[in-house]
Amino acid sequence: MRWPWSRRPSGPPRSRPEDISCREIVQIVNDYVEGVLPVGEREAVELHLNLCDGCTDYLRQLRLSIALTGEVLADALTSELEEELCLAFRSFQRP
Amino acid sequence: MLRVAMMFVSSRAVAEEVVQEAWLGVFKGLNRFEGRSSLKTWIFRILTNTAKTRGEREGRTVPFSSLGGDADDEAPVDADRFLGNGHRWAGHWSSSPRNPRDVPEERLLADEARGRIAAAIATLPENQRAVITLRDVDGFDADEACDILGISEVNQRVLLHRARAKVRAALEQYLDEEAAA
Repeated sequence: MRWPWSRRPSGPPRSRPEDISCREIVQIVNDYVEGVLPVGEREAVELHLNLCDGCTDYLRQLRLSIALTGEVLADALTSELEEELCLAFRSFQRP
Repeated sequence: MLRVAMMFVSSRAVAEEVVQEAWLGVFKGLNRFEGRSSLKTWIFRILTNTAKTRGEREGRTVPFSSLGGDADDEAPVDADRFLGNGHRWAGHWSSSPRNPRDVPEERLLADEARGRIAAAIATLPENQRAVITLRDVDGFDADEACDILGISEVNQRVLLHRARAKVRAALEQYLDEEAAA
């Protein structure tokens, strides 16, 4: 049998990826990234990811998105913090 | 800090006052800082307490910890991306996400990509925006974010999940456009 979401050639999969669907994976994959899934669910996600290119690419997009979010305001943040500190010190000096 | 303060009060001007007031609280309270949390978390907790008090005075009574939004509106991926119930492979992708490697690296690192992400964050409900900002922009861990915002671990997780899912969807749209270009 060949799983339609897998590039794996035909042959029985090592697990039963039907235990957890892609629709369910996208609901819990952030908890997987966060490392807060119970062991059993974590293993089910990993087995699914091993067989499923769609979910693997979803996870790649999620991780990329998190990384890019970290880059978004890096420059803006620094100047904003400086501005806030200046404001704070100015008000601190007021009588 | 201004961004965090603005989540609790009505305007930028008020948020600026809140930040100043919070810094004063920090300077005055520094000798009471016991090092049980990081200094950064402690400062942000003073900030959110100041901002909440100010927000309540302004009459903003919506509890921050409410999850908001109907769960049905919050699916991380459109339902039509998956095969329907009648299908043999129900629940699996009908239209798979693309591998980000389909897009040249310089387009992933382009200002435009970060701009799309920033725009997506800007349109999030405020509680989701607060959580994703603290976690993924400011780099606080989950416990610190809960502490700063005064929300439960479960709420933090749900809000982060929803926020990241929407930001990822914005990234996916960008990836699809770039791959087609």
